[in-house]
Amino acid sequence: MKEHYDVVVIGSGPGGLAAALAAKRAGADDVLIIERDQELGGILLQCIHNGFGVEIFGEDLPGPSYAQRFINEVHDLGIETLLDAMVLEITRERTIYATSAQTGFSKLQAKAIVLAMGCRERTRAQIRIPGMRPSGVYTAGTAQRWVNVEGYMPGKQIVILGSGDIGMIMARRLTFEGAKVERVLEVMPYLSGLSRNYVQCLLDFDIPLQLRHTVKRIIGRERVEAVEAVAVDEQWIPVPGTEAIIPCDTLLLSVGLIPENELSQQAGVRLDPVTGGPFVDEGYHTNIPGIFAAGNVVHVYDLVDWVTEAGFAAGESAARYAMCGAETARIPPIPTTAGENVRYVVPHLVNPERLSQAEVRLQMRVRQPLEQPVWIQVHDRETLVTRRAARYARPGEMVNVTLRERDYDKVRQSKELRVSIVPH
Amino acid sequence: MPETTDEMICITCPVGCTLQVTHNGETLLHVDGNTCSRGLGYVERELTDPRRMVATTVRVRGGLHPLVPVCTVEPFPKPRIFELLGALRHIEIEAPVKMNQVVLEDALGTGVDVVASRDMPGTGS
Repeated sequence: MKEHYDVVVIGSGPGGLAAALAAKRAGADDVLIIERDQELGGILLQCIHNGFGVEIFGEDLPGPSYAQRFINEVHDLGIETLLDAMVLEITRERTIYATSAQTGFSKLQAKAIVLAMGCRERTRAQIRIPGMRPSGVYTAGTAQRWVNVEGYMPGKQIVILGSGDIGMIMARRLTFEGAKVERVLEVMPYLSGLSRNYVQCLLDFDIPLQLRHTVKRIIGRERVEAVEAVAVDEQWIPVPGTEAIIPCDTLLLSVGLIPENELSQQAGVRLDPVTGGPFVDEGYHTNIPGIFAAGNVVHVYDLVDWVTEAGFAAGESAARYAMCGAETARIPPIPTTAGENVRYVVPHLVNPERLSQAEVRLQMRVRQPLEQPVWIQVHDRETLVTRRAARYARPGEMVNVTLRERDYDKVRQSKELRVSIVPH
Repeated sequence: MPETTDEMICITCPVGCTLQVTHNGETLLHVDGNTCSRGLGYVERELTDPRRMVATTVRVRGGLHPLVPVCTVEPFPKPRIFELLGALRHIEIEAPVKMNQVVLEDALGTGVDVVASRDMPGTGS
């Protein structure tokens, strides 16, 4: 291991792997990936179901295969890796402090850093479920790691709270391994994961989904014995008289993901309170010069292919910064803002000059589902910059609209790029 | 069989188009709502021979982990999924494993192979 690197990538999930590859291909000589697990790949290694790679490879791959392709390329290109290592701190001057059993404490200096730490699951504490505190309450991702990598079952009779993708996929997986999944409860009036997972994970195996339902309390002293489910109204207030006791030994939580940004904050990276991830420009540059961010650390994606795409963009920008230093923009970057029925937009800033070299994809989530044809439109005050039509817009599925070279003139003159999603 | 219209969600890709499917038992009459041609193929098969990709794990001896993930190389007949899982439960392979290594050939005589989804190095390698 060296003391100086052109680009250091923190995390080796799909975002980190793509960033490292893109940085190396763009000409950065010394690229290092730091990973806390004993192998590269991140959470993809426990996502053994297929459905990955349709956008990037035009193939339908299991998560580990998707990761393996990038891991093989990382090794082929001679990118250095530091495994089983924790990054303790990064500074705004891009000094990295890390520790590992093998190499001990190390201090590294990077010309550019790509943050690719991914996200964490929301836990019971964050959604405040009342009741006892027995064992048997786990996040869906933890259960996924046990079942798919380590070979343990979390229980035999399962209730899942939350209709996120991991929750639905675990409902099927646990059914495959002989458990009885009693039902999936979702507090929202709509599915929070992809519709295809509802079909192939729940419908296929007759696992009931109850929308507008939550867990009122957990019952059991040593081990979960039952949960009390209840219907909720629009304000998530339990509806009296709808309570039902569901005997079970395990409650899995699939109630959302939070970008993992403790390291980013230490370095002074400014976070968007809506996404929980850094404010970034179209090259995934944060507010700290030379520090970039890619993937679920920025905002939570529902397709790994798009994480990879973000990783490529961030890695390329990081390599450019490492080799040429900060670019001086002739035109100041234009802020993007969330308009009607849009919860947030990433990237937060767009440098118009970028449009002469590449397209810029604005990524967003809608607030309310619109099950009808919609316009995804970008305005500067009253002027329409660009728009595209979509058949529907759902909060569980990320929406995007692309700025192209032909939009350059309009973007350049804009004060803001306000994105809204409205019925046709 | 009477003509009926059912709502189906296409699972071919993550877009998950909602389809209005008019059919006469196994005979497809009309599909509405698909945004690409794969939707049509999906519905045709779903009505006559529904299939799914099946992903699970098999035991591995001497590997970095005790299990290696495996997956069917193409969609597998849905009614026989649990039979396939039962067959895979008896399989134990030896590390090191290479990605795409065949773990179960011609599973249950369907012509579908089950392969390893990743490399699994041996312990200490």
